[in-house]
Amino acid sequence: MDVLLLARLQFAITIIYHFFFVPLTLGLSLVVSIFETIYVRTGNETYRRMTKFWGKLFLINFAIGVVTGIVQEFQFGMSWSEYSRYVGDIFGAPLAIEALVAFFIESTFLGVWVFGWDKLSKTQHAAVMWLVALSSTVSAMWILIANAFMQHPVGYAINNGRAELTNFTQVLTNRVFLTHFPHVFSAGLTTAAFFILGISAYHLVRNHEPDFFKKSIRIAIIFGLVGTLMVGFFGHLQGQLLARIQPTKLAAMEAVRRNEDPGNLSLLTIPSRDGKTDIIDIQIPRLLSFMLFNRFTGEVQGMTELQAEYEQRYGPGDYIPSVFLTYWSFRAMVGIGLLLFTAVLLAIYIDIKNLYGKFSWFLKLLPWMIVLPYIANTTGWILTEVGRFPWVVYGLLTLQAGVSRSVTGGMFLTSLIGFILVYGLLIAATLYLMFKFSKAGPELTDVPPPEEDIPNLLGERPGTAEGGSQ
Amino acid sequence: MTLNTLWFIFIGLLYCGFFILEGFDFGVGILLPFLGKNDLQRRTIINTIGPHWDGNEVWLLTAGGATFAAFPDWYATLFSGFYLPLFLVLVGLIVRGVAFEFRGKDDNPRWRQLWDWCIFAGSLLPTILLPIAFANLVRGIPIDADMQYVGGFFNLLNPYALLACLAVSLLVVLHGASFLSLKTTGEIEAKVKELVRFLWLLVTLLLAIFMVTSFIVTDAPERLNVLTVLFPVAGITAMTAAGGFVRQERFGRVFAMTCLAVGLLFGTIFSLLYPRLIVSSLNPEWSLTIMNSASSPYTLKLMTIITLVFLPVVLIYQGWSYWVFRKRLTGEPESLTY
Repeated sequence: MDVLLLARLQFAITIIYHFFFVPLTLGLSLVVSIFETIYVRTGNETYRRMTKFWGKLFLINFAIGVVTGIVQEFQFGMSWSEYSRYVGDIFGAPLAIEALVAFFIESTFLGVWVFGWDKLSKTQHAAVMWLVALSSTVSAMWILIANAFMQHPVGYAINNGRAELTNFTQVLTNRVFLTHFPHVFSAGLTTAAFFILGISAYHLVRNHEPDFFKKSIRIAIIFGLVGTLMVGFFGHLQGQLLARIQPTKLAAMEAVRRNEDPGNLSLLTIPSRDGKTDIIDIQIPRLLSFMLFNRFTGEVQGMTELQAEYEQRYGPGDYIPSVFLTYWSFRAMVGIGLLLFTAVLLAIYIDIKNLYGKFSWFLKLLPWMIVLPYIANTTGWILTEVGRFPWVVYGLLTLQAGVSRSVTGGMFLTSLIGFILVYGLLIAATLYLMFKFSKAGPELTDVPPPEEDIPNLLGERPGTAEGGSQ
Repeated sequence: MTLNTLWFIFIGLLYCGFFILEGFDFGVGILLPFLGKNDLQRRTIINTIGPHWDGNEVWLLTAGGATFAAFPDWYATLFSGFYLPLFLVLVGLIVRGVAFEFRGKDDNPRWRQLWDWCIFAGSLLPTILLPIAFANLVRGIPIDADMQYVGGFFNLLNPYALLACLAVSLLVVLHGASFLSLKTTGEIEAKVKELVRFLWLLVTLLLAIFMVTSFIVTDAPERLNVLTVLFPVAGITAMTAAGGFVRQERFGRVFAMTCLAVGLLFGTIFSLLYPRLIVSSLNPEWSLTIMNSASSPYTLKLMTIITLVFLPVVLIYQGWSYWVFRKRLTGEPESLTY
């Protein structure tokens, strides 16, 4: 078996799976913190119920997000040991700091939040949720600092046959990190917004708890507006950065074959089977240059010239990432972004004018739209990571040089099958619980289900699903 | 003291902290299916560790991250060399973490039973596999001149490692039982106290045999120093004292002693290891050490400052979280969360 292929496949599957859950954690933890704060400040019981209901969905999502994150911390050493040796001096630090300053807070205080409803004052309890939300964000920050180094290594020198840290400030202010982090964070806001909009719309169509769900929607549309605007703005900056730091990714995702000045934006490019020419190629003149350089001229480097240039610089090899994956991932992500922005505007209009009755078709559509941010989140990372090919650290270390030497294809295959089975079962359980709690609405998180309320042999009242404090 | 030594100590402390804290919740997880007769009892048992297991687990992740940052070659060789055992540890931690959250969210008895067994298996796998890994680091494994592990999976299952596995696993069960004796009442409390009485002598003997074997199997006699003698002796003393406290029915102190014993056991392993990180059984020259596997002085210095600032903060708020949930769980449904 091809060790490199299996290692890449396993990393791709485990990280994509992990990132299904991360954006919702980032956004929903903030929403729950806000709901609980409103409850503490106003004493309005609806907001307490909102905290419980959305908090329950947050917890289901959080549990699986955390455990699949553990895999990543181990996997660098397990599958990519030569990469770990080469960059550990730089890359290990953000991971260790993430655990120490963020993950500890997140895990410790989440336990306190879940179990502490009757052990802490209301203000303390809300403050604990804020700590969970903020540390989740800080956690994402450190992980993206680490990833930024792989995309665009800075602050290092090659000593003793490896990359060694020379300037930590440069690692922290990597331009890739400065655009990636707000992009990922606002993707989290957007994911949470559509999660809430979709579930709330499902209940509003059935006229179930309209006050509860309209209040939820009001926060969600603010998150959605801020999220979609920010995600687009920072995504745009990321694209501009690519022209300077990762020209091969840019050329592949825009299907630019030869150097172009001015660069035209591809609306639809379908290459021939051998990939050398295009069957269909519809372009908007000059738009690509404008998007990259804020003017209608400027050279966009093409794959042919880049391949030749990189061969000269780094030796023979294939330096162009998959055009198919990067081109379509990019278009799926941007297309969904625009669609979501439009949907948010419509939702705001409906809420302000109180036209919920008139736009029931839109309310019926919203639950289906929950899936869209997930596709955009995933394709966004596919673009970022596949577009780095053939590098594990851009320009420094190839994937081939980074993979573990002592792990055999058989071992990779064993763990790959194992992960697929375990992850398959877990996603089934997660979806089951998500559907169960979101469809049931707030009643299920308000009171313990009554059917178990029969005395048992000990003369005690037996347990209920949620107990008294949850 | 050099920064390399300091980082060896930091990482040793993180693993000790992990085994002391997560040790008892692994023990509780292993005991769960056998102690809890009905759903209410099982919920009570799970709730004793409910607020804490996640925070405890972060000790392992921080230890892993610190290993990566301070000794990248150690991290790389260890994690790739022990690929399959660590994969199983991961599966255990994954199903266990999800099980705690998911178990109580549906009433179906089969649903709950499934997650109970996930908690059991997820607690058992790391408990039996991690000691095997640590014992092999000291005993020596085939490491070549390029710091690559060149043995197979079954090289790891030697008698010394299996002895470590048995001793640590039973110690973890004892540790979990002594924790439960402090956090429960009635039937469960009586049962775990009985278990502590039963296990105490066996665990003490096994630990003593393990300590003595360590001095025969490894190169410990050549590298005697204060700590390599102090840690095992203190560990056995703590276990002996635990026996005295068991007879006096002072279970708070028994738990304090099992905490000490777990910490000192891993202290022994780390003191025998120093200044190596992985002993090569092929050639002592090829062992990974705190010098040849370390990060640059700049990175070590940076990480030292960050750790000295943040680790005390972590200790304070984790201590606080234990203070918040200091009461016993009486098994009344109203008091249970999961």
